[in-house]
Amino acid sequence: MSTSQTLYDVRSVEPARTRNYLNEDYGFFSWVLTRDHKRIAILYLISVSVMFVIGGFFAMMMRLELLTPEGDLLTSDTYNKFFTMHGIVMIFFFLIPVIPAVLGNFLLPIMLGAKDLAFPRINLLSWYLYVIAAVVGLVVIVTGGVDTGWTFYTPFSTQYSNTHVFGTTFAGFIAGFSSILTGLNFIVTTHRMRAPGLTWYRLPLFVWSMYATAIVQLLATPVLAITLIMLMIERTLGVGFFDPALGGDPVLYQHMFWFYSHPAVYIMILPAMGVASEVVAAFTRKRIFGYKFVAFSSLAIAFLGFLVWAHHLFVAGISVYSAMIFAFLSFAVAIPSAIKVFNWTATLYKASVSWQTPMLYIMGFIGLFTIGGVTGLFLASLGLDIHVTDTYFVVAHFHYVMVGGTVMAYLAGIHYWWPKITGRMYPEWWARLAALLVFVGFNLTFFPQFVLGYLGMPRRYHAYAPEFQVLNVLSSAGASVLAIGYALPIVYLLWSLKNGRPAGINPWGAVGLEWTTSSPPPKENFHQTPVVTWEAYDYPGLLKAMGETQNV
Amino acid sequence: MSDITYSGQTPVPPPEVVEEHHPHHPFLQHHFEDLGQQHEASTLGMWTFLTTEILFFGGIMLAYWVYRLAYPDAWSVASTLQNTRLGGINTIVLITSSLTMALAVREAQLGRRLRIVAMLFLTLIFGSLFLGIKMYEYHAHWVEGLFPGTAWHWNENPDLAPKIQLFMTFYWGMTALHALHMVIGAGLLLWFMWRAWKDQFGPEYYGPVEVMGLYWHFVDIVWIFLYPFLYLIHGHKH
Repeated sequence: MSTSQTLYDVRSVEPARTRNYLNEDYGFFSWVLTRDHKRIAILYLISVSVMFVIGGFFAMMMRLELLTPEGDLLTSDTYNKFFTMHGIVMIFFFLIPVIPAVLGNFLLPIMLGAKDLAFPRINLLSWYLYVIAAVVGLVVIVTGGVDTGWTFYTPFSTQYSNTHVFGTTFAGFIAGFSSILTGLNFIVTTHRMRAPGLTWYRLPLFVWSMYATAIVQLLATPVLAITLIMLMIERTLGVGFFDPALGGDPVLYQHMFWFYSHPAVYIMILPAMGVASEVVAAFTRKRIFGYKFVAFSSLAIAFLGFLVWAHHLFVAGISVYSAMIFAFLSFAVAIPSAIKVFNWTATLYKASVSWQTPMLYIMGFIGLFTIGGVTGLFLASLGLDIHVTDTYFVVAHFHYVMVGGTVMAYLAGIHYWWPKITGRMYPEWWARLAALLVFVGFNLTFFPQFVLGYLGMPRRYHAYAPEFQVLNVLSSAGASVLAIGYALPIVYLLWSLKNGRPAGINPWGAVGLEWTTSSPPPKENFHQTPVVTWEAYDYPGLLKAMGETQNV
Repeated sequence: MSDITYSGQTPVPPPEVVEEHHPHHPFLQHHFEDLGQQHEASTLGMWTFLTTEILFFGGIMLAYWVYRLAYPDAWSVASTLQNTRLGGINTIVLITSSLTMALAVREAQLGRRLRIVAMLFLTLIFGSLFLGIKMYEYHAHWVEGLFPGTAWHWNENPDLAPKIQLFMTFYWGMTALHALHMVIGAGLLLWFMWRAWKDQFGPEYYGPVEVMGLYWHFVDIVWIFLYPFLYLIHGHKH
């Protein structure tokens, strides 16, 4: 079979002049009733971006409040609601769906050489469930909010809070189904719809990480669903699953909640690691060092992630022996995570790296994720955890993982695949500026919080002792820089939709099935089903081919 | 630079080239290669979904066992408040419905239209009978004051009453979730009866009936756990 792929395609046809998924059909209903995974990815992109802005608003209001030691801008009740809704919006409606439902939806079938996900209608249903959940969540926010913290700990959530706990948990419940359906689709598609010749070890690492994510979504989310149902029943009927007056145990709620919500951290970070692998390979033009180790470390993280939940309960009165075991298992998760970081580093070693925007974000990701991961080990250490529990140290730690990790990698991914999604390039100079602002703003916001937490500033209060003010002002200043860094891409990416340079098939000269089809891809992704005869990240083969061409 | 080619990957035909369409089965969706792939995908999809269902019921069963081990006396007394005979009859009814469901799959594979409809109908009858008996039990519990919360007025054993109320919260919660799955299954049965009536199933295309069967059997199996948990395990006699 004579095969060839055009690199650095400079034909660069105007996207509008090719037949693609964007101009296949027009009109409102061709979008909201679409079964095309690429259009559903766009629907998700718009929805999660809206939720990100809403969640960001709450964050900015909190940082504004924390400029001064006095609780002067927001009352303590309002502040409670704001940190709760910041957490709920960002976790359930942004971080969990963002990479799987946007980038995964768009790319997984293309990377597998398939025409669509296995269940296109279920894919659309998952978006509708997400929207229903988001609307319920927004109604709750507008009608008075909720103040339990995003964890809904009982008995406060069941007996004492007079805010909209039911509506919020119901929204979380519905959003969970959306997440489950996405995971189900990814598992079946990866198993059953790979192109001829595309064996498991030829899969891009993004697919491996999506697969591992899907396993966690499928096995963890239903436990959250049943836990939230039990909470809703308890609150509504005044009966007690977790009510001590009837012999119920509030700590059981915490166990069941974190059985989902700790693995949920891996729903957020595993896809980010997948993006990192793709971007590192493309911008070093090398095969990822230790491909199989990176692939299996995703599964190891997914597996071990289920065995560490009680490290959130070290101060909740669990036995010291189970605490020791959970501390040990939490340390164990660091091993597969470190395997990934070391392998990316080894790939970068002696590589000639192209410092374009996606790579800048991924360099930020690797550094910030490492800091977030290592401080996670501090928190998994029993003695130290008791000192910093419920302080800003914890806040800084998980923001390094979620924001420094997941959001940075998402921004890398959206820039890397933007030419494929839209057919146009983003403006490189502005994008680099934004990447720099995000990195500087992020560190300025959250690094002082490590110090604040270590010095003993508790989280979740709108007022604080005056000696913490300098670090808090730094943090709030950083948040402003971060906000500009996040606002810039929204502006220039929208601008590029009309004015960006046409991207062509493969603007990065990258290897991968998504770079063999036109930009934007046609509705059926490929004009004919691809037959895969090469390994993943076959950059050595590609460089050899380039050398041969130059010799001709 | 535009002419650099790489011999490892597939070509990109010009966009004008449109794939020719072969005539295919009316129920083959466009994104699958053939009916076999479609069948395998939908079967794996249902198994995957059932995995999440196991974790869903598993969560509340875990909580049930935590309290069962913490309060064996209350749980023992509470089990005796259940109508073991009706629960047993319901178990037999449900297992019979699984038999007729399995026969419906068999008839779909053979493409015998009226027999598929008949077997699905029988499954629906047995499923409805189960729900009817369940409603009768619910009514009896309600009258006895065994509905937790403000409606609770069962007070024969004041010492254990709060914990028996906890047991009954699990009883209502678990059986209601199970019944909800049955109702969804009944709706699916009606839809599939209509599809079978339209002669949509046959030796080439019976996957949906098989997948529906997997769901039905799963709901059956959940009850196989609930019956002993809630009715049969007494711990020790009082």
